[in-house]
Amino acid sequence: MTLDRISLETFRNHAATSLEGTGRFNLLVGENGAGKTNILEALSLLAPGRGLRRAALADMAGQDGAGGFGIGASLVPADASGPAAEPVRLGTFTQAAQPGRRHVRIDGSASSAVALGEWLSVGWLTPAMDRLFADSAGARRRYMDRLAVAIDPGHAAHAARFSAALRERNRLLSAERAPEAAWLDGIEAQLARHGALLTEGRARLVAGLTEALAEAPAEPFARPALSHRAGGPLGEKDLLTALHEERAKARRAGRTLTGPHRDELDVVFAAKNVAAAQCSTGEQKAMLIAMTLAHGRLAQQGRASILLLDEVAAHLDPLRRGALFERLAEGSAQIWMTGTEMAAFEAILPQASVWRIAEGRAIPV
Amino acid sequence: MASQEIETLAAALARLPGLGPRSARRAVLYLVKRRENALPALLEALEGVRDTLVECDICGNVDTRNPCGVCSDPRRDARSICVVEDVADLWALDRARLFTGTYHVLGGKLSALDGVRPEDLSIAELLERVGGGGVDEIVLAMNATLEGQTTAHYIAERLEDLPVRVTQLAHGLPVGGELDYLDEGTLAQALRARRPLG
Ligand SMILES: Nc1ncnc2c1ncn2[C@@H]1O[C@H](COP(=O)(O)OP(=O)(O)OP(=O)(O)O)[C@@H](O)[C@H]1O
Ligand SMILES: [Mg+2]
Ligand SMILES: [Zn+2]
Repeated sequence: MTLDRISLETFRNHAATSLEGTGRFNLLVGENGAGKTNILEALSLLAPGRGLRRAALADMAGQDGAGGFGIGASLVPADASGPAAEPVRLGTFTQAAQPGRRHVRIDGSASSAVALGEWLSVGWLTPAMDRLFADSAGARRRYMDRLAVAIDPGHAAHAARFSAALRERNRLLSAERAPEAAWLDGIEAQLARHGALLTEGRARLVAGLTEALAEAPAEPFARPALSHRAGGPLGEKDLLTALHEERAKARRAGRTLTGPHRDELDVVFAAKNVAAAQCSTGEQKAMLIAMTLAHGRLAQQGRASILLLDEVAAHLDPLRRGALFERLAEGSAQIWMTGTEMAAFEAILPQASVWRIAEGRAIPV
Repeated sequence: MASQEIETLAAALARLPGLGPRSARRAVLYLVKRRENALPALLEALEGVRDTLVECDICGNVDTRNPCGVCSDPRRDARSICVVEDVADLWALDRARLFTGTYHVLGGKLSALDGVRPEDLSIAELLERVGGGGVDEIVLAMNATLEGQTTAHYIAERLEDLPVRVTQLAHGLPVGGELDYLDEGTLAQALRARRPLG
């Protein structure tokens, strides 16, 4: 299944943009500031979550509009003559009166963002993610959680519950008055329950990625070796015990010392055994691409899959660019790529639908 | 509407849940038109509630008598107490007579971030009620929020040494769900399937 008949209304710099006649490969080409990434962001909102910029909904409404935006797309079955030939219409929008509230429509009926995940799995790689390996451990935990949620939506609830419980416990630990033991017990019970499931979800994700990565060729994209390093004991019971035992120390520190808020995602360039953060820009990009493709396969789960690749071609040498297109062609995801120059896409132009983006408009090429 | 008094009334009504400035104006207009009948009747009803509204010494419910209608109802089973966060939760559970015992209103939930501590809730009063004897079962009906569940855990622990059975609403409740917003079917299901605290 692929997305087609895409429409953006007063979404960022797009007043009214529509994209029709999409294919497996879709290219958005245009100058800096034309509105290419904005289109990818709009597509990323056809999945649960906050989209590829993690921006506030209110910021997405076009500045020249009435406040509020709309995004629509049809999910078209590959076999247009089969029994399930009717396209599914997906839509999400906000309104001026409540610019921070996102509405979802599926085939015209009001629905929830979570329900979008029934139909579509959306993955992305953006230039902002280039910093992943050099960034803080917190950024890598967020990365793991976003990827885990795409596979299991329940992961989001555990992440939210865990961080709420963590804030409560840290407040009690840092208060002047010594916290009451029974109150800490109550909070720790929830920290342990949701924390254990949170860590477990991350570990499962990393194991799945590792498996998917092993199936892909080791060349020409640097193959990363991933490992999830837990920040506390695994399992609810052991985590609960550890939290109980660390109380005196945690009280002196004024914060929780053990648990999934200390988890790490370790990434190593497998062939050279070098930490990803120490690798070259191109090598880091190659590893990110490998991880993005592996996750795309892992997350598909029988759904339509789309992959948003913002400016990936630009940083790759011609050999790797060709290899990327080949790998993308082997998969089944619908691909959306952006670039400032047509030349970078020469190798796939014959199989691609192309739009030239300029000043918030899309012109088919 | 020029008069200051009418504006004040409209502003006060606009703050009521479910209303807003537009509906408030319609309500004011209605009362002005029926100033002979509807207005005095409403005034009397409001005054009656204001003059008699009291918090029940036993359970914390808000009623026009003390002990409240629930606590003084002889058909109710005083051996079973359902603990709720707020009066709104009590009313939600009692709307359809789902629970045949009595209640205990905590007056909130534990929250370190909001500075709500155990002594800010009527937990000591609950322990006293149970300690006084004649109570077999405590049903913890806290909301399914993080704070609600922390509070349930806390109370269960404080009740540990007392001779009562402690059960909890079954978690058919949506995460982050507030009792007050649940329909009666869901509430009945949660009550029927209440389980011992794990
Ligand atoms: N809410 C908004 N309303 C109107 N315009 C906006 C809004 N938010 C962002 N923009 C504008 O949208 C324009 C296009 O942004 P976008 O990131 O899509 O460009 P791009 O084509 O990806 O460019 P680049 O090649 O530099 O990455 C920017 O000039 C930005 O100022
Ligand atoms: Mg861009
Ligand atoms: Zn009472």
